[in-house]
Parts: sequence; C-alpha cells; structure tokens
Amino acid sequence: MTALILTVLATSIPLLLAANGELIAERSGVLNLGVEGMMLMGAVAALGMVLYTGNPYTGIIAGALAGMAVSLIFAFFAVTLLTNQVATGLALTIFATGFSGLAGAPLVGKTSESLPRIIIPFLSDLPGVGEILFAQDLLFYLAFLIIAGTSWFLRKTRSGMILRAVGDNHDSAHALGYSVARVRWMAVAFGGLCAGMGGAYIPLVLTPHWSEGMTAGRGWIALALVVFASWMPSRVIIGALIFGGITIMQLAGQARGWAIPSQVLSMLPYLATIIALVLISMRGRSSYLTVPACIGKPFHPGS
Amino acid sequence: MFRKLIALTAGIIAMLTAATASAEPTKVGFVYLTTPGDHGWTYAHELGRQMVEKHFGNNVVTTYVENVPEGPDATRVIRELAQQGNEIIFTTSFGYMDPTLKVAKEFPNVKFEHMTGYKRTPNMATGNIRFYEGRYVQGVVAGMMTKSNKIGYIGAYPISEVIMGINAFAQGLRSTNPDASISVIWANTWYDPVKEADAAKVHIAEGADILAQHTDSPAMLQIAQKNGALGFGQSTNMEAFAPDAQLFASINNWGPYYIERIEALRNGSWSTGDGPDHWAGNTWGGLASDMLVLSEFKNMPADVAAAARDAMEGIRSGKIKIFAGPLKDNTGKEVIGAGEELDDGALWGMNYYLQGVNGKIPG
Repeated sequence: MTALILTVLATSIPLLLAANGELIAERSGVLNLGVEGMMLMGAVAALGMVLYTGNPYTGIIAGALAGMAVSLIFAFFAVTLLTNQVATGLALTIFATGFSGLAGAPLVGKTSESLPRIIIPFLSDLPGVGEILFAQDLLFYLAFLIIAGTSWFLRKTRSGMILRAVGDNHDSAHALGYSVARVRWMAVAFGGLCAGMGGAYIPLVLTPHWSEGMTAGRGWIALALVVFASWMPSRVIIGALIFGGITIMQLAGQARGWAIPSQVLSMLPYLATIIALVLISMRGRSSYLTVPACIGKPFHPGS
Repeated sequence: MFRKLIALTAGIIAMLTAATASAEPTKVGFVYLTTPGDHGWTYAHELGRQMVEKHFGNNVVTTYVENVPEGPDATRVIRELAQQGNEIIFTTSFGYMDPTLKVAKEFPNVKFEHMTGYKRTPNMATGNIRFYEGRYVQGVVAGMMTKSNKIGYIGAYPISEVIMGINAFAQGLRSTNPDASISVIWANTWYDPVKEADAAKVHIAEGADILAQHTDSPAMLQIAQKNGALGFGQSTNMEAFAPDAQLFASINNWGPYYIERIEALRNGSWSTGDGPDHWAGNTWGGLASDMLVLSEFKNMPADVAAAARDAMEGIRSGKIKIFAGPLKDNTGKEVIGAGEELDDGALWGMNYYLQGVNGKIPG
C-alpha cells in the first residue's frame, strides 16, 4: 500500500507544479496554453544539466530557468505585443516541442542518477506516514512549499492583491497606477518557472532519461487542473492527487485482475476532471468569484 | 554560329544528364511514427535506415520524416515523399496502412512497403517481424529467474500482435515454471514513459519480480533497476538504461530486410512476392531470418542463459513450435488438440489468453 501511495504522489508532482504556475499566470489575467512546451523544455534542460555537471540538484535550477526562459518569449508576444494569447500559447508548445527535441538529440540514449531521497531522521520512522511524508526528494518538498507560498502570497500579501486586481480588472488596476504589463510579465515568468520544475521532475525522478515529447500531455492536464481547482492553490493539490490516484488505481486494478475494461479505467482521470468542471459550474455564482475576469484579454493601456 | 551554339549546349546538356543518370542514386523514403529518440520502435527503424546508408553508400539517398501522426497527415507525407521522386517508401507503423494504400494507388510506379500491415497491391508490399518468438525466450528466462512466480507485463493496446506476444511469453514461462503466472496492465499507449514507469511500479508493488513490456520507452527497465527487479528490453537494446536489470532485449533488426528490398528494386526483381498469404503479408521473418535478434543474455546464472540459448536455437531450427497443441486458453477451454499447431491466420485472430496469463482481455 505504501508503495502505491508513493507512486501516486510521484505521479502528481509534475502536475502539481505546472498547475500551480499556470494558476498564478491566469490569476494575473494571462491564459498561457504553452504549459506542455515549458514542461518539455524544463525536462530536457534538467537532464542535460545533470549529465553535464553530474549533480542532480543542478537539474532543478536548469529546468526552472529553461521553463522560465520560454515563458518570457510568450510574455513578450502576449503581454507586450498583445498577440492573441490562445494562439501564442499553442505556438509556444509547438515551438518548444520541436526545440526540446533538437536540444535533446545529444542526450538520447543516456541515463543519469535520480534526485536522492532526503530522509528526515526520526520523522521518517513514523509508522504509516513516515516514509510517505519524510523520505522524499528535494523537489517533492519544494513543490508543496511553493504551493503553500503561492496560497499565502495570493491571500495575504499586498503584491498578491495587486496581481489579483490586475487579473480581475486590468483597467482599474491601471487607473490606480499599477503596471499591468509588469505584473503579467512576472506572473508568466513564475508560471514558466513552475512548469519547468514540473517537467524537470520527470527525468530527475520518474524516468531518468530524455525522450522526445516525454511529458505526454501532462501540460494539458495541468491546465485542466487549474480550472478544476477553481484558481485556488490548495485545491490544485487535491486535484493532482485525485488525478494521480485514479491513474494508479486503474493500473493496480488491472494488475489485480478487476473485471473493468482497461480503456474505461484509462478514461477515469479525464472523466474525473470533466465531472469536477461540471460540479464547479453547477455551484453557481460563488465559484465565479474566483474566475479571473480579465483572463485571456489583452490589455491596451491607451484605451 | 547560333546553331552551333545550340548544338553545343544541347550536347553538353545531354552529356551532363547522361553522366548524372548513370550515377543517379536510388531515392528511398521512410515515414516514422515518433522520433528515433524514443529508444524503441522508431529507433529500431532508424538503425535499419542507417544500415541501408552504410551498405549502399552513394548509390542510395534516404529521406525520413519523423513524428508523422497516423491518419490524413500520413497520407500527405507519403504523397509528398512519392512526389519528391523516392522510388521506394517504407511506412513504419500499423496505422499507416490505409494512407499507404491510398498513395500507392496514386503512384503506380513507386514501390511501397508497409510495416506490420496486411493490405497489399501490385506496388505495395508488407513486412513484419515475428516479435513473439523473442517473447517465448523471455518467458523461458522469466520462469527460471522469478522468485515470487509473479510476472508483470505491460501491454500497449489489446490487439492481436500484443496478445500473441503475451501468449508466447506464457508458453515459454510455463515450459520452465508451470507455477508462475502473468498479470497484464494495459497502458493503452505505445509510448508514455511516465505511465510506463507507473505501471512498472504498480507491478512491483503487487509482488512481481520480473517485468516485460510491449511499450516503447526504457522507463520500465529503469524502474526495475531502481527496485531490484529484472526485465526485458523492447525493440532495441536498452542495457544502457538498466545495466543490472535487463536480462536481454528482443531487437528488431530491420536493416537486412530494407537492404534486401532496395537491392531487389535496383536490380528489377522487386515484387510483392507470392509469399504466404497470411495476415502479416509477404515477409514475416523471425529469429531464423535474423529479423529478430536477441541481445546478450546477462544478469542471469549460466544455466538460465544456456536454457535461453537452447530456446532460441530451438525456435531457429524449428524444433520448438511455440503454439503447438494441445493448447488451452486460461479458462480451460481447448484451443487446439495435440498434434496440431496454430497457423499464422490463427495467431492474428488471437483474442484470448492462454494458460498462465491471469484475467481477461479488456473490451
């Protein structure tokens, strides 16, 4: 059982990080559909760096920076040049998929050390939860710290309120003297940073090698998770765990010979996402409060 | 003066074209499903293409297009390769069958070879490998190496090619260890390293100590390596990813086949052949024709390696018949009786598990 829970957690981390980053971008009013691309860049940079330096920790930094670097391309077009965000995000994914393949070509066929587990003395010996909570890799702890930090930032800090104001009503925020473009640049960059780390988790921990397109659509699931979480960081954790849990449950069900068609089981995580979306929209008005009103809308400072 | 000039020019042009015509290399096109960076299926085809280049040198020019989705996009890509003057085009995934057929009818002077399909026309041949032969040997080794008697198998899609592989594995497994059994997890994808890794972790958590896969990435072996389990590489040698975990890999050796077919095209003897009229088309080679090659047997005691070698040689010589009767499916129903053997058509119609495999085929 512990092994299965550990697998669920590991599967959830890339989703968790990527969704948390996208959440911040969306709260600032920017819809960046390039998450898959940023994750791929994070993955290729992370493995490349680890193979170059021999130190798995450098992979975390490289992955985060690579994700951020491509997100800045997006910010330049979508925030500064005011291009269509949906089209720009899709283009970013297509570009980053190709570019990561090119950059990753020399890494093909190589494997590296995984991120070491950090075993916290005494706590990790606790029965049941010890191994699950206190014997994980650094990026695992970091992911939960980042989400807690994001939640605190959005709710308790002045900067967080400015970010939300920009996302909810960019005209008012602008009238109050806040730079909409600057806030959005930073939010997009943070999104890229998180997505890059999420992508980095795949070659650093899950399967230590590079292969093209190895994120296999997890960026898109992260996008759905943001909606699932109704733009609340704490709910991103729940969503990612549900998704990871169902994914692993369907695999375990097959191994145990449950008489459910595997195609149905494979469908479950996506079905859960759709059901969650329906439930959220059924709850009516209250949930609309968290939808950033200016999401996807370019801001023209002159108008 | 003018006439002279024209005559001279024409002469030069004629000479040039003659010169180039005699040294005109054969143009060969390849269509790949993913990129060679997948380490698995497509990489094996890419190694084959590289063997072609090496073998023919300047006499052949190869072109490949990677990441071609199965469906309308494939039709477009194949047509473009035909228009570019490729004389023979290899399309390397099952889903390219109908697109290849469509373009083959449009370009009767171009030759087409579709891998793993069964539809043919006078200018479209098909080729496949008896992958299941390697899986029988895997089963033999797994039966001797397992301590828990639980084998974890990761299937791609529940189609006959994958099912015949599982069944061949089960036949090998039961030949050395009748108590062991196989659990199958269907990934419903050919390629998703994270999901493959998850499936491997789940198998290990459920007690499996030997893993086998019909998906393309080395993720499963990496998980085996991390957790002290053992497993088999797929399509290419994946030893680099799991030096202590890979027992051996079944390697798809497309190169000699490609070379033979291009040779036939160049000397005018290319045909779709009058080969056996089975589902897999006109070429379906295995261990005996070296289209399937097993990597070195490692991480196993000498007696297991010897048994593996015997099984391999037995299949090569025809002494071991993998699907010879009496055969029972895993519900105990007789498939065929003693003295009979499943023919190729029956293999391609397999929609049941043989004894030794747990559970039911989904769908």
